[in-house]
Amino acid sequence: MSAITTPRVRRRTVHTGITLSRRAGMVFVLPALVLFAIFIAYPLLTALSYSFFGWTGIVRGGFVGLENYVTLFTKLPYSADLPNAFVHNLLLFFGAMLFQNTVGLGLATLLHRIRRFKRFFQTMYTLPYLVSPLVIGYLWSLMLSPLFGPVNAVLRGIGLGELAQPWLGNPQTAIWVVVIVTAWQWIGFPVLLYGAALGGIPEEIDEAASIDGASAWQRFRAITLPMLLPAIGTVSVLTFIGAMEAFPIPYALGGSQGNPAGATDVLSLLFYRTAFESGSSNAIGTSSAIATLLFLFIFGVSMFITWFLRRAERKLF
Amino acid sequence: MTATLTPATSTDDSTDRGGSAPSRRAGRRVTFGGFASSTFLWLYAAISIAPLLLMLSNSLRTTQDMAQHPLGLPLPPDFSSYGKAWITASFETYFFNSIFVTVASVILSTAVSLLAAYAFARTKSKLFATLEGLFLSGLMLPVYLAILPLFFMLDAAGLVSNLWGLILVYGALGIPFSTFVLASFFRQLPIELDEAARLDGAGPFATFWRVHLPLVRPAIATVVVFRFVPVWNDFFYPLILIRDQGSYTLPVGITRFFGEYQTDWATLFAGLTLATIPLVVLFLIATKQIVSGLTAGMSK
Repeated sequence: MSAITTPRVRRRTVHTGITLSRRAGMVFVLPALVLFAIFIAYPLLTALSYSFFGWTGIVRGGFVGLENYVTLFTKLPYSADLPNAFVHNLLLFFGAMLFQNTVGLGLATLLHRIRRFKRFFQTMYTLPYLVSPLVIGYLWSLMLSPLFGPVNAVLRGIGLGELAQPWLGNPQTAIWVVVIVTAWQWIGFPVLLYGAALGGIPEEIDEAASIDGASAWQRFRAITLPMLLPAIGTVSVLTFIGAMEAFPIPYALGGSQGNPAGATDVLSLLFYRTAFESGSSNAIGTSSAIATLLFLFIFGVSMFITWFLRRAERKLF
Repeated sequence: MTATLTPATSTDDSTDRGGSAPSRRAGRRVTFGGFASSTFLWLYAAISIAPLLLMLSNSLRTTQDMAQHPLGLPLPPDFSSYGKAWITASFETYFFNSIFVTVASVILSTAVSLLAAYAFARTKSKLFATLEGLFLSGLMLPVYLAILPLFFMLDAAGLVSNLWGLILVYGALGIPFSTFVLASFFRQLPIELDEAARLDGAGPFATFWRVHLPLVRPAIATVVVFRFVPVWNDFFYPLILIRDQGSYTLPVGITRFFGEYQTDWATLFAGLTLATIPLVVLFLIATKQIVSGLTAGMSK
């Protein structure tokens, strides 16, 4: 949940003689390295290999090449569930991006120019971001409950009673609930990040442009937006990773089946269901193929976004 | 500023499109733009916080009262649902399991990351640069997808449904972020400190322990706060790695509890509030670390 997506390691020149010897250094690194190797590196490499084998329960069979991947795209239910879930992940990404870069950027811009209550507003906007997404999901499922839910009660109260409906029971509205709740929860982060980035823009530039007769919109386009680009890049990458990994909020709102009728299904749920709830004898092979595809997609696209934004930054400055 | 340079134009500001004009500066008190922007700020603050307040308020009402008045206030407040969630619905067990797992794993990941980060900041060889890069790659990789081999491994070691299994996993998951933040802090400490300590006869560990550690305390605070939140909130790992109800952490406990107490709204709201209180407390005592930590990297 940090802002750091593209760490650039800056090395100080350290005088030799004072630096740690290789042996002492290894002693310092060893505990972390052992933990990392056992619980992250080894499972990760093994997981990728799982998808190339046939499985019977938890017993590994022979090497089957890409067969598990072929199954994913040709056999039901996978060939229907996979694109369905993938579209929902994309909706989550674009929905959150839209919300963060309009409302979020707007809030950050306004907050940047006030003195009073600034910390108070920051706290208000950030609180939902820190609360467990599972709690957030369950909380909204109670609030949107068809009969006693406060949301429908408010709609009835302000004379919009005909809009009141079972939000999570209707396949048409359920996915939008997931998208909106997710975007609502995440907004605190871009507000803080854009706020910090705006604080880093020297006011003199804006003033100079203003004296030269640039309009408010021109100054935003030509000064503020380019200077915000690194922050927008960070937000994009993290939003992408978050949207592709979405699990607790859809789980709380639609259960592990993505109810109603797969309307709130996402890729992580599909992976979880295939691995632990499908009862298929080759559950491990198929679910590992889903995990591998998702892994490559998340890693590949985040790398691409990072590379693209670096290039855009270089062109601008 | 604009206002002092061109005072004559300030009167027709209100014809401008409200709060969307980014150029209007503070200093002019009552303009339409100022009014619109503060309305927007307050309105969104309400949207942001209302569901959480509603959760708190409804946890203090009875289910019957909620069914009759969906938007009523908790007057007088009724605390009985907290007792029910805590004892009858086993929230006591879940809560202390969560505290134990979170505290132990944050201590573990911070301790090993401090050592590793110090080595990364004070060595110059290719080997250590490679190792650091390896750790950092964990920041972007969706490592949770490796859950199956992890499950089999812990199962073979008898660590499934064991809180220590979870602690080791979270300890490892904290390493990429923690080493990254801590190493950048250690790098800011002048090498003269090491020279002075070395002249006084301190070995590498004494230098680390007695000279560097006290100086990176702010970074340690950031790392602790930032690992506490995701570990406390995590749902995925305990859902798969914890099979025995007595070892559930809060998020998995909540899932079970939502199945069992579906119609008992008051208890559900109380349970959600109980899971949130430690985070709000943490936020209130560490707002500074959170705000600066979330925006870390933007200052450079």
